[in-house]
Amino acid sequence: MNSALSSAQVARFFQTYAVLIMIAALIVALTMMSDSFLTFRNLQNILNQNAPLAIMASAMTLVIIGGGFDLSVGSIFAVAGVSAAWIALNVDPVLGLAIAPFIGLALGVMNGVVITSLNIHSFLATIATSMVFKGVAILITDGRLIPVRIAEFTWLGRDKIGGIFVAVIVLIAFALILTFVLTRTSFGRKVYSVGGNEEAAILSGVRTNRIKIATFAIAGMAAGLAAAISVSRISMGQPSAGIGMELQAIAAVILGGTSIYGGAGAVWRSVAGVLLLALINNGFNILNADPFYRDLTTGLIILAAVGISASGQRR
Amino acid sequence: MASRQASAGGEPCISLRGIGKSFGGVSVLGDIDLDIGLGEIHGLVGENGAGKSTLGKIIGGYYSASTGSIEVFGEQVSAWTPPLALERGVAMMHQELQLVPALSVAQNVFLGIEDQRFGVLANTENARLSDVMAASGFSLDPAAITSHLSIADQQKIEIMRALAREARVIVMDEPTSSLTADEAELLHETMLRLKQGGATIIYVSHFLDDILAVCDRVTVLRDGRLVRTSDAAEESKGSLVSAMLGGGQTETPYPPKSVPEPTAGEPALTVENLTAPTGVSNVSLNVNAGEIVGLIGLVGSGRTEIARAIFGADRASGGAVVLGGEHYNDRTPADSAERGMVMVPEDRRKQGLVMTLPVRANMTLPHLSHFIMMGGMLRTALEKARVRELIDYFRVSPPNVDGEIPYYSGGNQQKVLLGKWLMRDPGIVILDEPSRGVDVGARQRIHEAIADLAAKGTAVLLISSEIEEVLGLAHRAYLVHDGGLVGEVDPETSTTQDVLWALFHQNEYNSEALRGNAP
Repeated sequence: MNSALSSAQVARFFQTYAVLIMIAALIVALTMMSDSFLTFRNLQNILNQNAPLAIMASAMTLVIIGGGFDLSVGSIFAVAGVSAAWIALNVDPVLGLAIAPFIGLALGVMNGVVITSLNIHSFLATIATSMVFKGVAILITDGRLIPVRIAEFTWLGRDKIGGIFVAVIVLIAFALILTFVLTRTSFGRKVYSVGGNEEAAILSGVRTNRIKIATFAIAGMAAGLAAAISVSRISMGQPSAGIGMELQAIAAVILGGTSIYGGAGAVWRSVAGVLLLALINNGFNILNADPFYRDLTTGLIILAAVGISASGQRR
Repeated sequence: MASRQASAGGEPCISLRGIGKSFGGVSVLGDIDLDIGLGEIHGLVGENGAGKSTLGKIIGGYYSASTGSIEVFGEQVSAWTPPLALERGVAMMHQELQLVPALSVAQNVFLGIEDQRFGVLANTENARLSDVMAASGFSLDPAAITSHLSIADQQKIEIMRALAREARVIVMDEPTSSLTADEAELLHETMLRLKQGGATIIYVSHFLDDILAVCDRVTVLRDGRLVRTSDAAEESKGSLVSAMLGGGQTETPYPPKSVPEPTAGEPALTVENLTAPTGVSNVSLNVNAGEIVGLIGLVGSGRTEIARAIFGADRASGGAVVLGGEHYNDRTPADSAERGMVMVPEDRRKQGLVMTLPVRANMTLPHLSHFIMMGGMLRTALEKARVRELIDYFRVSPPNVDGEIPYYSGGNQQKVLLGKWLMRDPGIVILDEPSRGVDVGARQRIHEAIADLAAKGTAVLLISSEIEEVLGLAHRAYLVHDGGLVGEVDPETSTTQDVLWALFHQNEYNSEALRGNAP
């Protein structure tokens, strides 16, 4: 190929900004196709609806940069959600909401300890723990739904402050905090090093097991926080909630351009990835398109994103 | 050396015209006109980053040239990829061997060209292999599993693989970099034999002695340009080095050795009867402050394992490590670093650097606790200032605190790796192959830095497969064989030949008996 030079640069540019380019293209297309798309209301609704997923994807970014995968966050979401509902109903509604992230944190720490002490790949470990957690969620509820129709419980998912949904504010704050942690703290630097070259990190005196446990703890906590928002919004604890969310979160991270091989990536990318998935969905709704094509389209777009990411890895 | 016919006048088998190559907008090779004569061994030399490997890979089809044309056996080629190159009889042997570790010798040699019927293997590999072995003069067990063989034997597989495909031109990229001296000697004999059989070899190497020993002609590259092509008989190490460096510099001498001040108390590092499951057996040594102590041994002798057991990268099963009089048990890399004992590992890409992080993050990784304020927040300005000092000290090029590691040459990556470990003036430094695969300029800078360390009172344990390097830098040196120490040499009075003789001698005797004589 004669244009090896420019094609490498183009590939790099696409790898860096592909997600933003795709979002921009979709926004332009949807704006032209529908008057109801480019309104503050519609855009805020999209963000609000996807806040739980975006929170989980933000934390999943840390796990993946650290060289891991967490397939259990959907189940952690379920356990934390039903626990929040149960405590809200039987003890105190605010305590229910407040405790969900801590339940997630505890389960995330368990994941991390299992992975590092048994020294198995996180992919396998979290498949197993996700089944365990799912079982726990069913045991807590006896398989039934837990309705909680109390205003002190539903504000988190439904209310607005100054015209902005509380959930959106929580999402933005959470993503900013994680970005800060990842880019400005020594912990963040170590997360990159563990995913980028674990052996070099160990020989550099990084206590890699602690770093890994921490990333899974954060992913668990995020799943708990997302569950609190979600349960509060639908005022119902469901043991079957969260199914498939772990895959959506991972898809959003990859779509954003974070390397699946670890060692590189950013939180904003994953939030953008969630947004892109959400816009595709929203487009189908607005245009009244056949929803049968939705999964197919989404899947093809993820494939394209992974292809671009892999082309950047080959040097 | 045997028949050295100058083939400059002979017909060329490969002709390059105006070859250029750029990566990501950076030109690494330009305007190369070169004829490789049929049946010659042609050396390609140059500093790291001079473009010699790139040129080799272009000939082998692994890189496509950005500009210029290639003529092979008189025919212009348009597309040029490894399979097409093989079809025309051009094979490439990479620095990192391209073998399937789990397959046998025979399976690797015939990988992809197995005899088959409707996709079912005919299992004729072993029989076919004996033909190839006869042609090459090698003898390996056809059924041996590749991963169990030494690097030298694996190279033989790679050469036989080229022969099995009837390659007439073989490009060898740094084939001796992971060989011991005697293995390299054997490889050179093989190359001469292949030449006698009519093969043409393009030999890319850092090791000028090797190049001069076997090549008919040598091409020197500098900064991606061809400096000159001449008969090897007319070149010397000095003339090649000055052509590579461009100035009038000749071979770089080692920096002067400082005289370690006699210390009153305990040595900085004392190792007593250290034993580890990795093969380290009963090692006792000591290193004083300001002293450079070398470990010399052949590849596989256990040099690296001794270093790893001392540092805590591998678990030890017995013995003691004493740092300045204080016993240090249950060693871990993190704990060692905290106590001021650091190790620069041998493989900078696999064990040393995080390729996805920039220079700054790599250098400060072991020292982050010294660059934070409350809340674990990094003090970026301080970090940059300190990294900038080290970049200046080592003359890292490009001198960019946030440069991306994959775009640096091997020598500059190695400087970053050293800078990473020397950032906080450690008391004890273990260096494992500090100058492996780096160019002449970087090597000299690294040697100066090592001498500086000792002059400042650091205890240095130096491991290198280059005996000359250890003799040139160390105050004392131990001989390593089979995981144990089998002797001590005085670098002032010993020559490389003496040491090599002593090391090879070890193989002929029962090493157990010799270990009894260890210091």
